[in-house]
Amino acid sequence: MKFLCLECDRQMDFEERQQSGDGTFGAAFRCPQCGRAVAMLANPMESQLVSSLGVKIGGRTLDPQPMELVRSRVEGRDDAFVDALPARSARPRWSPEAEERLTRAPTFVRGMIKKIYVEYAVERGIDLITPAVMDRARGDLGLEGM
Amino acid sequence: MSFRGYFALSGTDRSALGAQVEAQRARVRARLADVRAVVAVLSGKGGVGKSYVSAGLAVGAAREGRAVGVLDADLRSPTVARLLEAHGPLHVTDDGVHPAIGTAGTRVVSSDHLLAEGQPLTWREPEAERFVWRSTLETGALREFLSDVVWGPLDLLVIDLPPGADGVTDVAALVPDLYGAVAVTIPSDESRRSVERTLRAASNAGIRVLGIVENMAGYHCPECRMVRPLFAGDAGAQLARAFGAPLLGSIPFSPTPSPQFAETIARTVGLLP
Repeated sequence: MKFLCLECDRQMDFEERQQSGDGTFGAAFRCPQCGRAVAMLANPMESQLVSSLGVKIGGRTLDPQPMELVRSRVEGRDDAFVDALPARSARPRWSPEAEERLTRAPTFVRGMIKKIYVEYAVERGIDLITPAVMDRARGDLGLEGM
Repeated sequence: MSFRGYFALSGTDRSALGAQVEAQRARVRARLADVRAVVAVLSGKGGVGKSYVSAGLAVGAAREGRAVGVLDADLRSPTVARLLEAHGPLHVTDDGVHPAIGTAGTRVVSSDHLLAEGQPLTWREPEAERFVWRSTLETGALREFLSDVVWGPLDLLVIDLPPGADGVTDVAALVPDLYGAVAVTIPSDESRRSVERTLRAASNAGIRVLGIVENMAGYHCPECRMVRPLFAGDAGAQLARAFGAPLLGSIPFSPTPSPQFAETIARTVGLLP
């Protein structure tokens, strides 16, 4: 997919992706010459088609997790996967609010999501994961729907 | 108004979808680089003993000292993990998902490890038009079973395909270096016609037919040790002639593995590199 600024006859750059939680997504592109921005807004069916391929519009900010598509999309059993976490001494703590938010994720995928947040915190020297940290990680890593 | 088209723009595709799909394929290639032979086991209809043959082939090869993996691609009706007594949970490390260990040390991954007892394969997706993307999701799952599992170095990876032609074309696209396919039929003409369609799809996809296994070729009576008739027909021999492939064996229905089963498996293992 390419976006062309007709005024400047220049290909636009991908700027950001937005997922509103209602099954749709948006992607913003900007002309590097005149600065004009456009947003492509996809309906739920178009969004679903793209995500079914296990890809993200605009590319990925995070390497794919093992069996990411399966774990995020199959209605599976709670104990299907056991995720290895960093050594206990290196693991950040979770605030009660963050733990509560984590429980809202389906159990099948919770281990994978937890690992992503833990690694994010470890890499940045964060020793307490709070909802604010989770929000920041979602923004930094492009974790739509997590 | 006139403006330049897609290919007239020399810049990269900013959606990065093509690059991501290519990266997915590269991950499959990298994971299978240490696998000597990938063999698909297929059938035309369900219930002919395809998974039974897949399990037998895996165990037979493993007992000869080969390192063997089994990928259960029959996502909606997984069987082979139970036959191989390979139980979850599946352990996940940075390198990927580690397979469950089954009979004779076989390494097994199946949707059976993912699904709750008695529950069908269900995707989290909008209800409307789910048929549109279901097959895309299933192919994606098969791709992840190939690329995201820590198979390790293998002499043989057996892929137990779902019945019918769809799985054949999917696996041909994902594993271009597939060593070949073994087809399982029962003697009946209905099965022959059904397997023929699947084998035609395999041939059209450039997959070599290694051989035909005819299952339920009579009933093996444990008391009189005679093989009695069960289904009319000679589908195995007909398919072997039609596709220029050997009939690897005719296995009678038997509550316990018969000598013919062992011979068929030994013959099939003998075809592997």
